[in-house]
Amino acid sequence: MPVNETATPEASLELNARMSANILAIAQSADRAAFRAVFEFYAPRVKSFLMRSGGDTARAEEVTQETMVAVWRKAHLFDPQKASAATWIFTIARNLRIDAYRKERRPEIDPEDPALQISPPADAMSELAGAQDAAALAGALAELGPDDRQLLELAYYKDRSQSQIASELGLPLGTVKSRMRQIYARLRNRLEHLERDT
Amino acid sequence: MTQSHHISDELLMAYEAGSLAEGWSLAVATHLAFCPECRARAHTASAVGGALLDTLETSPVAASSFDQVMAMIDAPQDLTETITPSTERITGTVPSPLRAYVGADLDAISWKRIGTAGHQALIPTGDSETSVRLLRIPAGSPVPEHGHRGLELTVILRGTLVDGDERFGVGEIEEADSDLEHTPCAGEGEECICLAVTDAPLKFRSLVVRLAQPFLGI
Repeated sequence: MPVNETATPEASLELNARMSANILAIAQSADRAAFRAVFEFYAPRVKSFLMRSGGDTARAEEVTQETMVAVWRKAHLFDPQKASAATWIFTIARNLRIDAYRKERRPEIDPEDPALQISPPADAMSELAGAQDAAALAGALAELGPDDRQLLELAYYKDRSQSQIASELGLPLGTVKSRMRQIYARLRNRLEHLERDT
Repeated sequence: MTQSHHISDELLMAYEAGSLAEGWSLAVATHLAFCPECRARAHTASAVGGALLDTLETSPVAASSFDQVMAMIDAPQDLTETITPSTERITGTVPSPLRAYVGADLDAISWKRIGTAGHQALIPTGDSETSVRLLRIPAGSPVPEHGHRGLELTVILRGTLVDGDERFGVGEIEEADSDLEHTPCAGEGEECICLAVTDAPLKFRSLVVRLAQPFLGI
């Protein structure tokens, strides 16, 4: 994983501010210049993400285009308080990947479902802006060791289940699970520090 | 292993990474509908995906890519893809992820007998790794044996499930590994309906292999 300009919390905040504003401009005024900026930054990354999960170039190109069309059409659903621009685009690409590559559905909650149990109003986590979350995570991810990084990449990019990761790395399944737990705890810890400090 | 009644960190990460098979994902999403706490934790796991996307090396898109995308955006939209509001009766006991598979009414499901007293309804999914079913167990009766070997996820939809000293209420999830020897029972007083996801039985997998043998030449 190359360290690049988006790996620091400051760069992540700045990037996200720009990209979030662009997505909001698409939603508010069908702003094509704003869409072009989002496309130029994210389409090559989404394609790279899709190619890592084993798709050929043509398929990755096709699903990248579907992802960008969805970014345009769903822009009105983007809420910068809930997620960063990158996280929002990641979830769109991830869901289209499941649909296109595995032919499976992705069971998801419907935020408008009246049967949904609502969050208590004093939920500190939901008050944390998506951007700050993302910036803290960018910093925490940059500090992870190569082994932890590899585990995350296998799970997030390469679409490997935890038992597939275990057999690829020659590790017991229990070890993969406990390392995932540790990585999660470290990242979570960073975010909780952030909440206390702000 | 202590029972938390919530989704474990590693399962939540696999779900948000998108690498969890459909059957397991259905149990996770169903619990998420009931549990604001796990939803907040899921946010962190999906934000990891976003942060990783930002730092990814790029792969050049086709030269015509942007124009093709704009052409799709400008084409008249196929309205069949947009979601039409559901007219189904919402009882509140079947949250949205599960409703798409079994409908909104637990009492309208066509149940089949399993074991001496229980009933089940199998739920087909697109993955071959899991077996997904609803179980309906009379108050105080044990969960019928349903061939589970590896991981088992159970989300309670009605009544309670008692496993040893643990009592699971509506919306709670039990995550049990094969090394956990257990005989869960429906709580006293009310029948228990739960969503149960297990590893697909090997019997079935080997049948698939047997059927595929003439084509694979093995």
